[in-house]
Amino acid sequence: MRTRSIAATGLGFQLFRHAALGLGAFLMLAPFVIMISVSLKPSGEIFSPEFTLLPKQWHAWQNYADAFTKQPLARYILNGFIVTGSIFACQLLTALPCAYALAKLRWRGRETMFMLVLLGLLIPPQVTAIPLYILLWQLGLLNTYAAIILPSTISVFGIFLMRQFFLTVPDDLINAARLDGLGEFAIVWRIMMPTAMPAVIAFGVLSLVWNWNEFFWPLIVVQSEHLATPPLGVVFFANAEAGTNYGPLMAAATAITAPLVIAFLAAQRWFIDGVTMTAVK
Amino acid sequence: MAGISLRNIRKSFKDAQILHGVSLDIADGEFLTLVGPSGCGKTTLLRIIAGLETQDSGDVLIGERMVDDLPPKARDVAMVFQSYALYPYMTVAENIALPLEMRRLSALQRLPLAGRFMPGARAARAGIDRDVKAVAEGLGIGHLAARKPAQLSGGQRQRVALARAMVRRPKAFLMDEPLSNLDAKMRVQARTEISELHRSLGATFVYVTHDQAEAMTMSDRVAVMMGGHLLQVAPPQVIYDDPQDLAVATFIGTPEINTLPGRIGADGRVEVIGTPWPVTVEGQPGAEVTVAIRPEALMVTHGAASDAIALVGTIRHVEMLGAETLVHVVASPLTRPLVTRIEPSAAAALRTGDPVALSTDPRRVLVFGKDGKRIAVRQSSPPLVPAARGETVHV
Repeated sequence: MRTRSIAATGLGFQLFRHAALGLGAFLMLAPFVIMISVSLKPSGEIFSPEFTLLPKQWHAWQNYADAFTKQPLARYILNGFIVTGSIFACQLLTALPCAYALAKLRWRGRETMFMLVLLGLLIPPQVTAIPLYILLWQLGLLNTYAAIILPSTISVFGIFLMRQFFLTVPDDLINAARLDGLGEFAIVWRIMMPTAMPAVIAFGVLSLVWNWNEFFWPLIVVQSEHLATPPLGVVFFANAEAGTNYGPLMAAATAITAPLVIAFLAAQRWFIDGVTMTAVK
Repeated sequence: MAGISLRNIRKSFKDAQILHGVSLDIADGEFLTLVGPSGCGKTTLLRIIAGLETQDSGDVLIGERMVDDLPPKARDVAMVFQSYALYPYMTVAENIALPLEMRRLSALQRLPLAGRFMPGARAARAGIDRDVKAVAEGLGIGHLAARKPAQLSGGQRQRVALARAMVRRPKAFLMDEPLSNLDAKMRVQARTEISELHRSLGATFVYVTHDQAEAMTMSDRVAVMMGGHLLQVAPPQVIYDDPQDLAVATFIGTPEINTLPGRIGADGRVEVIGTPWPVTVEGQPGAEVTVAIRPEALMVTHGAASDAIALVGTIRHVEMLGAETLVHVVASPLTRPLVTRIEPSAAAALRTGDPVALSTDPRRVLVFGKDGKRIAVRQSSPPLVPAARGETVHV
């Protein structure tokens, strides 16, 4: 397969293809490389006319120490874990039973309900921001973790992704579980979730990245610094430092990006399985 | 242990009626096979017994108890699926243990991690492990306990599926083509094993298959289903020798039973290709019938036959199968060859193209009406002396 495609396409096209992909990768990675590079340099070196990838004078320790001490960066990161973790747990709690009902149970109105779920995918979150804000204000929940978490507890995308995956699970597996004595909820948690683990992990990574980076909603509902999520924290940081001290700022940016990169790398294999729907069996 | 009764079960999907009022009594400890071509409703019937489908009307009784309103888990039957339906992420031991966990552990005791510390959980788990081990050893899969289903061969998966069904000692076993994913050799072996399993467990087995060899070799009784109707329920030999419907006669038996067009003569004798045969039936004279003869009931001889029932034809093809030989003979004016099954020694002299005569014992001739139902034979005389009109001579 592979040898045939090389023979068929020729060396010239191979080179072109790799060059194009390489350029794309370079454009994607460059900001991150510069971010890490800057986070290692002293302030004098950052704006020096000659650009070097590695600093002449290592300033990493001071930058990262500043990042964690001048602002409660660790707190922001902890907030990030609390918020994204709670959101993901709630999303699973709702998405898995919904997806199971939409994919594997027979009931009147199922197709209509699925259409409504798909419709939910089309509504941008900004549209519902003001009603949600008023609702949270009336409930007295503004400026709490709950204000950040509650609006994201139901993920339409999660329901859709899990439903598509559940469709590929053979019906007999569910029938066997019914005969073995499992109720419908037990089937969701003991049979469907483990079977769909690649999709759960893929959804987890997407949810984590999305909610970790979410800036708009936390900015609206949270004022207190001790509740700030990582992107808010970076903004606080930039404000507090008047936006000039780029070394520690980039160190802070690196620190809050790192969990995402680590999570993605750890889940990479399942992530690809889950998104391409090829896992079961 | 319990018998199963089905009373007038009907089922439709959308506009298509799948089951047209099926009634069947399965005795306690019986091995009953539902056999029929694909789409005849046999799997649907099995799923209705299991509670996985709900019938439109009719009742299911398991051990004298009406189970129509009970969910599958409360019916206390186990099912082995065609695909085996093993839980892919669980080990063999966990797969087999799951039905016991659901029955013997409380919801709290089943909790991950914390459940282990609930009162009584340890003893219950030990009991489960013991039973799982015993069943796995009994089926020769004890050494596979730690493997995942993906690491097993087809035959091993099938045993795990059996073990999972057996471990909770259900009232009845429902099997949906459990051997169809095995290769031919494994299938023959597994047939014997399932029969032995049935004998040793003494439980009621309901076995669905489209493979007549499985139906004939394993069952106490065979129920032949076609198009949502039960055509005949009887022991395998009776189904073979004494089919009550032409569809049953043609479905069971390889090679297929020979069929010839005929009609009932004025004297009640069956006429085939214009010649009256010494087979007198109850039926309207002049009615069209189908005459059916099993391949082994046809004799083939060189030259003219001495029997009264004789057809003359030409050999089209000789199939040597080792233990037996099949001879295909075209008897003009019929176009479809008749197949005879004979001893290889008797076939030694037969060559393609030879003119031969076919003869049969009138007692082995089956007659079916136009609706496919069997027509009772009033008299059939063995090798006969030409008789006066309306009489038959017995020897």
